[in-house]
Amino acid sequence: MSRYMVKRLLNMIPILLIATLISFLIMHNAPGGPENMFLGAEQNAEVDASRLSALREKWGLNDPLPVQYYRWVKNATAGDLGYSYFQRRAVTEVIAEALPKTLELSLIVLVLTYVIAIPLGVISAVRQYSRFDYLVTGIAFVGQAAPVFWIAMLLQYGVAMHSGGLIPVSGFSSPMVDFSSYGWLSVIGDRLRFLFLPVVTATFTGLTGLTRYMRSSMLEVLKEDYTRTARAKGLPEKLVIYKHALRNALLPIVTISGGILASLVSGSVILETVFSWPGIGRVGYEAVVGRDYPVSMGILLMGTILTLLGFLLVDIAYVFVDPRIKYD
Amino acid sequence: MGTPADKKAVAVLDASMVGASDEPLWKSIVKRYWRNKAAVLALVVLIFLGLVAVFAPVLAKEPIDFINVVVRHKPPSWEHPMGTDFLGRDVMARLIWGSRVSLSVGFIAMGMSVVIGTVVGALAGYYGGSWLDILLMRIAEAVDVIPVLFLLITLVAVFRPSIFNIMMIIGITSWPSLARIVRGQFLSLRARDFTEASRALGAKDARLIFRHILPNAIAPIIVSATLRIGTAILTESSLSFLGLGTQPPNTSWGQMLNLGRQYLKQAPWVAIWPGIPILITVLAFNYVGDGLRDALDPRMKQ
Repeated sequence: MSRYMVKRLLNMIPILLIATLISFLIMHNAPGGPENMFLGAEQNAEVDASRLSALREKWGLNDPLPVQYYRWVKNATAGDLGYSYFQRRAVTEVIAEALPKTLELSLIVLVLTYVIAIPLGVISAVRQYSRFDYLVTGIAFVGQAAPVFWIAMLLQYGVAMHSGGLIPVSGFSSPMVDFSSYGWLSVIGDRLRFLFLPVVTATFTGLTGLTRYMRSSMLEVLKEDYTRTARAKGLPEKLVIYKHALRNALLPIVTISGGILASLVSGSVILETVFSWPGIGRVGYEAVVGRDYPVSMGILLMGTILTLLGFLLVDIAYVFVDPRIKYD
Repeated sequence: MGTPADKKAVAVLDASMVGASDEPLWKSIVKRYWRNKAAVLALVVLIFLGLVAVFAPVLAKEPIDFINVVVRHKPPSWEHPMGTDFLGRDVMARLIWGSRVSLSVGFIAMGMSVVIGTVVGALAGYYGGSWLDILLMRIAEAVDVIPVLFLLITLVAVFRPSIFNIMMIIGITSWPSLARIVRGQFLSLRARDFTEASRALGAKDARLIFRHILPNAIAPIIVSATLRIGTAILTESSLSFLGLGTQPPNTSWGQMLNLGRQYLKQAPWVAIWPGIPILITVLAFNYVGDGLRDALDPRMKQ
């Protein structure tokens, strides 16, 4: 197991290098580099050319790309992701501020998705072709085809704008409501109001795929010989389903969990834009559009690492859920 | 001969063995697809949408850039069945125009993705285990682990959001999953007897790949291609929603949602209608994909 882990971790290095190299090369070929953005040269043509080149020199953009990439990798391995061009602070600081907000949202969504999707899928499968089953699979199938931001806007209009101010349309918290001036109960209450719509939206989108997957996995297992054996030896139906069948049906769910983690990182861009949530997706989007290379690269690197870790976690989880699997 | 149950069993057996009867292959595929009513309905819906896109100039009551601020933000009425937007443009007319961009982006991005995915997957699978296989699969994995929306917006920032660029960008970011499917098919097919036989007869690699192995791997490629169109339409709408997709005066369903978002309170209809064609189109492609999977290869049936 530990040897396998070391091998897997070592395998991540070339993948990370290729992934960051691709991102780096694409990014640095963007027209209208950061110096133009910084001085607003695209709107105002009278910016002094010497100031532009001074900025390029200061940011090291005049060096050949391979040199720049090498420098970035060298610094990144030392934990230094550089300085933001526009925010005048370290990229690690920018990430440290935005990441917890994204994690807060996505962890709640992740837990809720699993807690709701697994029972829904199981009941759907056990009562296959019942009215409940048709309702759940129908909503899940349709929901999978709906754009997230459309669902978000439907909720913003249908719920938030008709809630008399109880549910905010977007944002992270009310201004000035923080722990220093309010009691913790009112701060948490305030945060929960803002969390409500993004959590409902993201959980619904996550549910659609996972429920369908759980249902088909459970149906598969219910057809297996060992399920029939469990029934034949006279076990109560509840025990057959929740002990014998469910455990096996969860295996494929573990497999797709890596993808779900990855989609949370990527999906944060849309979700945080539509709800003005100041997390990593929003900050990353603004950095890419504004040509803030160090911030963009830092967030891309972090997103890539999170995705890789997601897949690694899945592999580790296998060992615990499936005794047949052993790595050596 | 035999009981009705026997006959039914024989029929099922026939249907599950492609080419077992004298019927041409395509006929039995059409027959099996026809039996799936949801998939047939979905196909009808798609043909209808395709016609709407083709005949947009006739069907839309206003030109794409027609502005009439006097009727700004009018709710749905007989005059404007889906209301008007902030420039007084008829929402229904714009939905009809938007179908052109959304559908063509879906098809062409899918085409790109399928061509790249098939070539990469075929090469990696046919030369499985070689340095080429390892290199191609490493690149596929690297593209796959970069959070896709970040990659997309980075590419759009470089190439500028024209419709053509959007198609290419969606295509070149979505091939890895298909490459893996094709690679898996090639790995198993290259070891089959028919491949060995043609090799023994002196067939060159290119002939083996394109004439012998690829036709046998085509079913999962077609199914994946169909599902990809829906995904590409969703991706285009996400990019347009972020303001990085289709640019005015052109319009797409995603772009309309982005514009509608800014006036959600005053004119909710502008932000609600465009979601429906996206939903229906993606749903229809999903049903057609499912139907094709069952029709092309009954063994793939879930």
